[in-house]
Amino acid sequence: MNDFLEIGNIKLKSRLFTGSGKYSDDSIIPDVLESSGSQVITVALRRVDFNANENVMTHIPKDTVLLPNTSGARNSEEAIRIARLARSAGCGDWIKIEVIPDNRYLMPDGYETVKATEVLANEGFIVLPYINPDLIIGKQLHSAGAAAVMPLGSPIGSNRGFRTEEIVRIMIEEIDLPIIVDAGIGKPSDATKAMEMGAAACLVNTAIAVADNPVLMGRAFGNAVKSGRDGFLAGIGAQNTNASASSPLTGFLDE
Amino acid sequence: MNFYSKILNLQNFDFNTFFKNVTKSQIFKILEKNRIDENDFLALLSPVAEDYLEDMAQKSKILTQNNFGKTISLYTPLYLSNYCKNRCVYCGFNTESKQLRKQLSFDDVYKEASIISSTGLKHILILTGDSREKSSVQYIKKCIEILKEFFDSIAIEIYALETDEYKELNDAGADSLTIYQETYNESLYKDLHLKGPKRDYEYRINAPERGAVAGMHSINIAALLGLDDFRRDAFFTGIHADYLQQKYPAVEIGISMPRIRPVDGGFKPLHNVSDRNLLQFITAFRIFMPRCGITISTRENEKLRDNLLPLGVTKMSAGSTTTVGGHSDSEDESKQFEISDKRSVSDMMSAIKSFGYQPVFKDWEQLNL
Repeated sequence: MNDFLEIGNIKLKSRLFTGSGKYSDDSIIPDVLESSGSQVITVALRRVDFNANENVMTHIPKDTVLLPNTSGARNSEEAIRIARLARSAGCGDWIKIEVIPDNRYLMPDGYETVKATEVLANEGFIVLPYINPDLIIGKQLHSAGAAAVMPLGSPIGSNRGFRTEEIVRIMIEEIDLPIIVDAGIGKPSDATKAMEMGAAACLVNTAIAVADNPVLMGRAFGNAVKSGRDGFLAGIGAQNTNASASSPLTGFLDE
Repeated sequence: MNFYSKILNLQNFDFNTFFKNVTKSQIFKILEKNRIDENDFLALLSPVAEDYLEDMAQKSKILTQNNFGKTISLYTPLYLSNYCKNRCVYCGFNTESKQLRKQLSFDDVYKEASIISSTGLKHILILTGDSREKSSVQYIKKCIEILKEFFDSIAIEIYALETDEYKELNDAGADSLTIYQETYNESLYKDLHLKGPKRDYEYRINAPERGAVAGMHSINIAALLGLDDFRRDAFFTGIHADYLQQKYPAVEIGISMPRIRPVDGGFKPLHNVSDRNLLQFITAFRIFMPRCGITISTRENEKLRDNLLPLGVTKMSAGSTTTVGGHSDSEDESKQFEISDKRSVSDMMSAIKSFGYQPVFKDWEQLNL
């Protein structure tokens, strides 16, 4: 079965996006990409030292889709500036917008994110904005030209799992864009749950990077995402809350 | 409201009675919480909580890894000048010390920067004594402009400034402000800062906030541990960090935990702060503010720094000297204090890697919009 996630004219076989931060050693990244099957990796542009002989980019295989992010931006202007720098540094056209004016919980600013998305989409970027799950912001991002929407599962780095399930479900149903659950996913089963529900992909960084064995955890997440996706495609049966009633409420119609 | 007015009422708070009433079951409950408040933080700093230090360390380690990963950021201090008008009794630069006074010329700054930069470091902390005449804002600004060529992030640790002066230096390229209150105990502060502009407790305690208003990306505060009872100053440092983070959510707030080191003139710490005390502070603060940076400098010895590395620390200095011009010339007698961990940047990198952590040179870059 050909099941691809298509974003910006790129067909992705894997629906697991990974991150490049928090590793004890960046040289493990190729092994994580291989074990997880992930084809997309996000990179914080402000942390890359392009002048150094070795930086995180040197550890990313050439056939991986780079998703630079605007981490550190506190408003749309900074995000736009970082996106342009990423493009001019040769990081391609994909950009994950992160506008975070809150250092306590790392909550994104939806309004500023929409503004940045509009400007960058008009400049030809493939924009994947990171937001707090919100249907209206999601729709605005669609109108602004986003290529996908990335609602958080729980706060970044919290490993608290898929806590925003109900709102993300509504977004999946109502927004005509891939919904990628990003942040907070702590266990492979969290990713499976999001995928079973119809999420287009999951982005997982902390849970893989700080695991005792990141390569094995990468594989676990790769399998979990695939498993959840298969479950979704196979059509998970509806869950009944009650057993079939012995005295049906509509029985009178047949009397 | 500013932080000075916030803590006015707390100056006479009866810490001893509070600590006496802390129970073991209370600590146990606090360690089960996801988010703790000021009272919980103070309870974690209590003598009773020392029995739970292992649990605190376990929790602190997980919180730090989740928020910062297995990484340690590295930086080094660059002393620009040691001219000083203050008489701080614990400091080697104090105005009555017979130290040789020096200030780097702009050529010297360039030379020091080239040497530091050749070690790979990208974040630098520049320091001066407190002398507006010798080390004016304009002098510091010019130094920042030179350093920008070499470094992605420049932090300043200088005398307290006005908001518009902080803004001027921020616009010039300084993105971070480090300023220590030394002690939050106002009456003790007056006894320790006998002369000079720094004697103004209120002006100094509100300086980090002025930096935040001026647009600094990160603010680092501290008390010099060993001046007052560490539990008290640790608590005030923590609630100062929390106050700043609440009011300026976009600013990265960090704290340092410097313990007094020997200096010329032989000031003896007024209070002993043990390694156990230091660890209690690190872990209690990490649990209180999981996303704040914690710096442990070369004031601490190699072995202790290695052991503390995974337990809450996010930032360390390396290849440090506290002498003006000490990166290019050999160190002379004119140091601010004796450093303890004398490892070079590359030795520090190897040590960090051997603990399964990544040494990080660049985690921020100031962009001029």
